[in-house]
Amino acid sequence: MFELHDITKSYAGTTVLELEALSVTPGKTLAVIGPSGCGKTTLVRLMIGLIQPDRGTVSFDGTVLTPDNVLALRHRIGYVIQEGGLFPHLTARGNVALMARYLGWDRADIDARVAELAELVRLPLEMLERYPAKLSGGQRQRVALMRALMLDPDLLLLDEPLGALDPMIRFELQNELKAVFEALGKTVVLVTHDMAEAAFFADSILLLRDGRVVQQGTADELAERPADPFVVRFMQAQRVGVAGAPGAGS
Amino acid sequence: MSCRVFYIGILAAVLLVGLAGPVQAAPSVTVGSKKFTESVILGEITTQLLTANGVPAGHREQLGGTRVLWSALRKGDIDIYPEYTGTLRNEIFAGRKLPTLAALRTALAGRGVKMTAPLGFNNTYALGMKRGLAARLGIRTISDLKAHPELVFGFSNEFMDRADGWPGLKRFYGLPQTDVRGLDHDLAYRGLEAGTIQVTDLYSTDAEIAYYHLRTLKDDQGYFPDYQAVLLYRSDLPAKAVAVLKRLAGTIDEAGMRAMNAQAKIQRVSEQKVAAGFLRKHFQLSAPRRRAGFWQRLWQRTVEHLTLVAVSLSAAIGLAIPLGVWAWLRPRTGQVILSVAGIIQTIPALALLVFMIPLLGIGGPPAIVALFLYSLLPIIRNTYAGLHDIPPPVLESAQALGLPLRARLRLVQLPLAARGILAGIKTSAVINIGTATLGALIGAGGYGQPILTGIRLDDVGLILQGAVPAALLALAVQGMFELAERLVVPKGVRA
Repeated sequence: MFELHDITKSYAGTTVLELEALSVTPGKTLAVIGPSGCGKTTLVRLMIGLIQPDRGTVSFDGTVLTPDNVLALRHRIGYVIQEGGLFPHLTARGNVALMARYLGWDRADIDARVAELAELVRLPLEMLERYPAKLSGGQRQRVALMRALMLDPDLLLLDEPLGALDPMIRFELQNELKAVFEALGKTVVLVTHDMAEAAFFADSILLLRDGRVVQQGTADELAERPADPFVVRFMQAQRVGVAGAPGAGS
Repeated sequence: MSCRVFYIGILAAVLLVGLAGPVQAAPSVTVGSKKFTESVILGEITTQLLTANGVPAGHREQLGGTRVLWSALRKGDIDIYPEYTGTLRNEIFAGRKLPTLAALRTALAGRGVKMTAPLGFNNTYALGMKRGLAARLGIRTISDLKAHPELVFGFSNEFMDRADGWPGLKRFYGLPQTDVRGLDHDLAYRGLEAGTIQVTDLYSTDAEIAYYHLRTLKDDQGYFPDYQAVLLYRSDLPAKAVAVLKRLAGTIDEAGMRAMNAQAKIQRVSEQKVAAGFLRKHFQLSAPRRRAGFWQRLWQRTVEHLTLVAVSLSAAIGLAIPLGVWAWLRPRTGQVILSVAGIIQTIPALALLVFMIPLLGIGGPPAIVALFLYSLLPIIRNTYAGLHDIPPPVLESAQALGLPLRARLRLVQLPLAARGILAGIKTSAVINIGTATLGALIGAGGYGQPILTGIRLDDVGLILQGAVPAALLALAVQGMFELAERLVVPKGVRA
């Protein structure tokens, strides 16, 4: 679905990302993980075209991303960031429906789609009339997910979507999110700093360090055949003994 | 949703202008006058005499100073105004030697302007002292002062400083007095009264001469320059009007002018009545000039003031919001935009108004342009700041959704900046309403008109007739924008 080739990106002379090749398999979930400053957010921002690589190409579904086609491609990608990035001047419904309204959907179609998504993310309908400031952190992330899914995108890009939530809510949302992914069968790229979360969600994990790929594989592969002492240290630091997402309890 | 800010501004402007209604039709001949009483009286006499003789004339009274009147005359915004030969020589034709009236006429003709014969009085510097004291000491002329070195002189600061004031006078006449003080003109009159000074400088037609029982000392050696009053008029003025102006030559002597100044300034008789009295006496004319009542005048000034504010402010809103957006989108250009708007703000209002006259004449248009320029900065700056303060994740989300730039501005960024933008508009509106009172100096009317007259006549009541409505208008407009805030600022981001 996503193909990245020979990418470099630097800021003020410091290389923050250097990738030879990366491909995201359709229908699968890829988790991007690594310590702070490893380049994972840069990678996501490159994918959605918020920044351009200094060298190399990003292509989505066979089309190379350019400033001209990026707007159209973004309609096929749902994007959720840590604090949700909800528009404070619009109600939850206004946030979710903004893009569909801009594209001129019928009101009835919009309402039906919003109701469908609210059910999917288990958000009570009356919450939709609230402004973001009147919603809890978990509710805000549900709304952000609805907004990302509104146009039924081919791919979901989630940048630490649960990072700001407290553990109980997080646990609950992890389960629900996984159910949503499975129900929709979408391609997902999920950025996290939590190995247990990565293992719980992902078919494949991409471990980054200082802007480079250390290892890519399943959680089991990372645990059993670490490519590098750093992988071992990273897994230990996260207290991940065995693969299969112990923290999340599948 | 965000466009509401803009539309409401426009709507308000259209409403206000609609309310203002059509501006009065201009009479065929327009007389101007400067912002001091004598000039207003002369302008009024001229206007009434023209009208009584079948030349419909209007009077644009108390337009600023020499520069404003001269520019307006040459541009054709006014056709006639009273001037002094000394001012022509020292200000308008400064640096040229024009010793005779004929030489002045030639110089004026080169600019398309003609001049009547002198009206009869010379309003120049003079020295004055209490009549009783002068009689006791036998002083009639400036030369007579030489015999009394003990006298204390108190001169206005301007007269003390000017080379052709006290220093020149002292040398020219060889005056021996050593106790000479600089002080405020009003204090000088009180000093004479109290006896702390014995001689002061004055203008030979000052109203206070009679009031304080002063004697003006004859300039027996001819030191002070001539300030003969004349009427200047455009050379294209119809012959019929010119014939009327000629009849005024030689009709007003110093005592007569002094008496009229005193009537207006000390007895608070309106210039219209003073002028009518003069015309009755000299031309046996009874030209009843209907003066508009208080409410009618207030209404007219309100209309004028609102027109100035509404037109200039809505134009400023229309330009400043896009400029603020541009400044935010392109930070480098933004610095230039903000700097230029800042520089405009530092130009003194009067200077800006006077700059406008050669381009736009006098009246509403130059005042509107000046007010428009002054209203830009607060709106640009607040638009910029409002956009600048939007949290980056929100901006990024809008971008990641795939909204194009224009849609992002309209649907997300401008609504989020609406409070800031509105605050900027409010600031501009209040500044605009206050500054618009200066428009009266260049004939734009409005609440500045009574303020100007009040300052000239030292009449607090008149000043309040302008200042109070201006303050109320500022409050009303502020209230209106507070209401607009409820419509424009989205509920989710209200304080």
